[in-house]
Amino acid sequence: MSGGGKILRRIGWGLLPPAAALLFALAISSIVLQLSGNSPWTTFSAMWEYGTRERTLITTVNLAVPLYLSAVAVAIGFKMGLFNIGVEGQYRLAAVMSAAAGAAVSLPPVLHVPFIILVAMVTGAAWAGVAGVLKATRGVHEVIATIMLNTIATGIGAYLLANYFQDRDNSLNTKTKLIPTSGWVPSLNRLLGSVPTGANLQGFLVGALVVGILFYVVVWRTRFGFDLRATGLNPFAAQASGVNAKGMIVRTMLLSGAIAGLVGLPEMLGFFHRYTLDFTTGLGFAGIAVALLGRNHPVGMAVAALLFGFLSSSAQILDLKDVPKEIVGIMQGVILLSVVVAYEVVRRIRAAGEVRAAAEHDRVREPAAPVPA
Amino acid sequence: MVHTGEVHAIVGENGAGKSTLMKILYGMLAPDEGTIRVDGKEVRFKSPKDAIAAGIGMVHQHFMLADNLTVAENVILGAEPTKGVMLDLDAARARIRELAHSYGMELDPDALVEVLTVGERQRVEIIKVLYRGARILILDEPTAVLVPQEVDDLFASLAELKREGVTILFISHKLDEVLEVADAITVIRAGRTVGTVEPDEVTAEDLAEMMVGSELPKPIITGSTVTDVVELELEGVDVDGPEGRPLLADVSFRVCRGEIVGVAGVEGNGQTELVETIMGLHQLRAGTIRLGGDDIVGWSTRERRHRGIGWIPADRHRNGLLLQAPLWENAMLGHQDSPPFSKGPWIDRVGARKRTAEIMQEFDVRAPGVDVTAHALSGGNQQKLVVGREMTAGPRLLVASHPTRGIDVGAQAAVWAQLRDARQAGLAVLLISADLEELIGLSDTLLVMLRGRMVATLDPATVTPKELGAHMTGATGAVV
Repeated sequence: MSGGGKILRRIGWGLLPPAAALLFALAISSIVLQLSGNSPWTTFSAMWEYGTRERTLITTVNLAVPLYLSAVAVAIGFKMGLFNIGVEGQYRLAAVMSAAAGAAVSLPPVLHVPFIILVAMVTGAAWAGVAGVLKATRGVHEVIATIMLNTIATGIGAYLLANYFQDRDNSLNTKTKLIPTSGWVPSLNRLLGSVPTGANLQGFLVGALVVGILFYVVVWRTRFGFDLRATGLNPFAAQASGVNAKGMIVRTMLLSGAIAGLVGLPEMLGFFHRYTLDFTTGLGFAGIAVALLGRNHPVGMAVAALLFGFLSSSAQILDLKDVPKEIVGIMQGVILLSVVVAYEVVRRIRAAGEVRAAAEHDRVREPAAPVPA
Repeated sequence: MVHTGEVHAIVGENGAGKSTLMKILYGMLAPDEGTIRVDGKEVRFKSPKDAIAAGIGMVHQHFMLADNLTVAENVILGAEPTKGVMLDLDAARARIRELAHSYGMELDPDALVEVLTVGERQRVEIIKVLYRGARILILDEPTAVLVPQEVDDLFASLAELKREGVTILFISHKLDEVLEVADAITVIRAGRTVGTVEPDEVTAEDLAEMMVGSELPKPIITGSTVTDVVELELEGVDVDGPEGRPLLADVSFRVCRGEIVGVAGVEGNGQTELVETIMGLHQLRAGTIRLGGDDIVGWSTRERRHRGIGWIPADRHRNGLLLQAPLWENAMLGHQDSPPFSKGPWIDRVGARKRTAEIMQEFDVRAPGVDVTAHALSGGNQQKLVVGREMTAGPRLLVASHPTRGIDVGAQAAVWAQLRDARQAGLAVLLISADLEELIGLSDTLLVMLRGRMVATLDPATVTPKELGAHMTGATGAVV
């Protein structure tokens, strides 16, 4: 088989499970729609028609950007066998802190945005690092620690906002002070040419692309990434190979938290320009689903984030059609559950094939002559 | 064809199909064709349950006992006798005593399994099978984990069982034992029956030839290459376990260039901890470890590897391989910070793959390519990759734990040859093994470990397996 054929086959095997899961989810949702007295065909075609309008597509991308960042943060942990379930708390605390810091300084545009990003990353890293240090030194399981830290982060965020960072103007909404325009990230509308009025392609899309590329380069192409993946695949063998297990836990959590710190920034730097109580929540948990669907792969997660973004944005039409929007939640859930099963089935089929090929290879070659004693 | 009340041995190389045959007999696998008859009746086993119902019992090589339960509780687990809804332990105890007594396997039904020796645990396994009414016993490599004295006890029990009309299928590749205990021997090779012979008409060499189709390689070293340059030196090393129990106590020895130092011992007497301590995975309470004159106690595992300690771990799946990763990533494991596997902070994919192909060529790792995942390979090929990886890195000290465990005769011979060549080239080797023939054959110096201490230093040229066994179990009384 040629090299190109091999790669195509690998991609084919990689795409098969999510495609099968998507079809299965469509089938299940159709049944649910039918049972609830709605026509699946009209519903899906309405979603498709609305979802492929340019304005909705822009919303899809805007929704996908924070999902993707959140998924990368989760995937860094997954790659070394750590389950950072605390992205939620990390990004919300990071958003409060960086919004306050961004509003408190005045800097030229080239420095202001990087400064806010830095504050967010450091905050996220520090918060995740607490869980890392607890695990490395005291053996506290990171799932427990990060769940607890989520609750604490929400509390601290609300406390800081109410007592120190609140903008005391006359509105009823609790929010931080407005970040000066030098700390705003401009939209990418100019790249698209004409844009429907009111639509705004968020500039942090560039940040997500950079994070995706860096994620791939660091995890797959560096020694550090090899140590990280080796630890995820087999912590005992990694330790035997010289990986410092405890140091690895802390470093991975810091890295995961730093990326998690970015999750709130697209909305903050591109839309609200402050932290408000209207801020989107739940992105940290949605990121876990996207990472799972995208198999912790930079490209796979991008596709998964766009798919989830598309489902959410195209679902807006359902209200007008008197179809409950919750059908999209059902679809997302079914996709996730079935894709996990599908990945495992494909993994087993491929593993069995490889075992056969290796055994065949062993048989075809002449047995080695016994080495003289 | 196996007769009632006989000990029938099945011998063959690893991978010859012994385990597959046993799994079919015990209902874990279904045969593609052919029939099995028990007592003249054709049977078809869908699961081990059917096999047990037909009176077939299996004693696995790896014991399946719950350490924190008593002998009686382990035996009845899954077949509990009841009085109404209550567990009837008294009935179980009586039955176990009766079984143990009639087959000459003394056991206290109330002893906790965790305090039993390996030989006693095996008896529990056998009693467990008999308790379920088995008339045909399958023993999978029963002597692999036993010291010679325990083997004698096992064989005495087998003779008793035979007298009581129990049929025994005895799987082994230790030919001397097979000749001693079996009434008939069936040799299989590559999934086929080569022939069935009686023990008094063949020698071990004949059997070996039937097994591999050629002469059996032996672990032998010739001449002394031992120099007086000390490569590894341990002095008064104490290591405590998590609960403060000593794992290693006052361990001192040296390994010189060109020397193979063998460590014998019943498993669980500190060999694993010794190796992990040398690799930097345990904190020392006292003592020093020197590598070529440098005190390495403060060094990390990575630094130790970098400065030339190669390690073939005892359990390649647990400590030696990333089973889900491709071969080329496995070939760099432990050496990921040196060329040709990396350049500065970057992985050198081209260099790593090239080196992997070279290792596969030189060490006869048979696989379709460097991108195959490690789990697809047979145990022998996996081990050859691990050995090749450690040897190719040019170590000054090689720590080899059970380097030939669970691999076929061909691969075993290849590994032995590699160790011999490395010794010739001046490598210092610390060899830990449960295979006494391998230890005696390959070592220049033989140490014996018992309860975390070095209890004897023996000359492999003169020691017999019996003597070695006595030191390993502490049966000598005298500490050398």
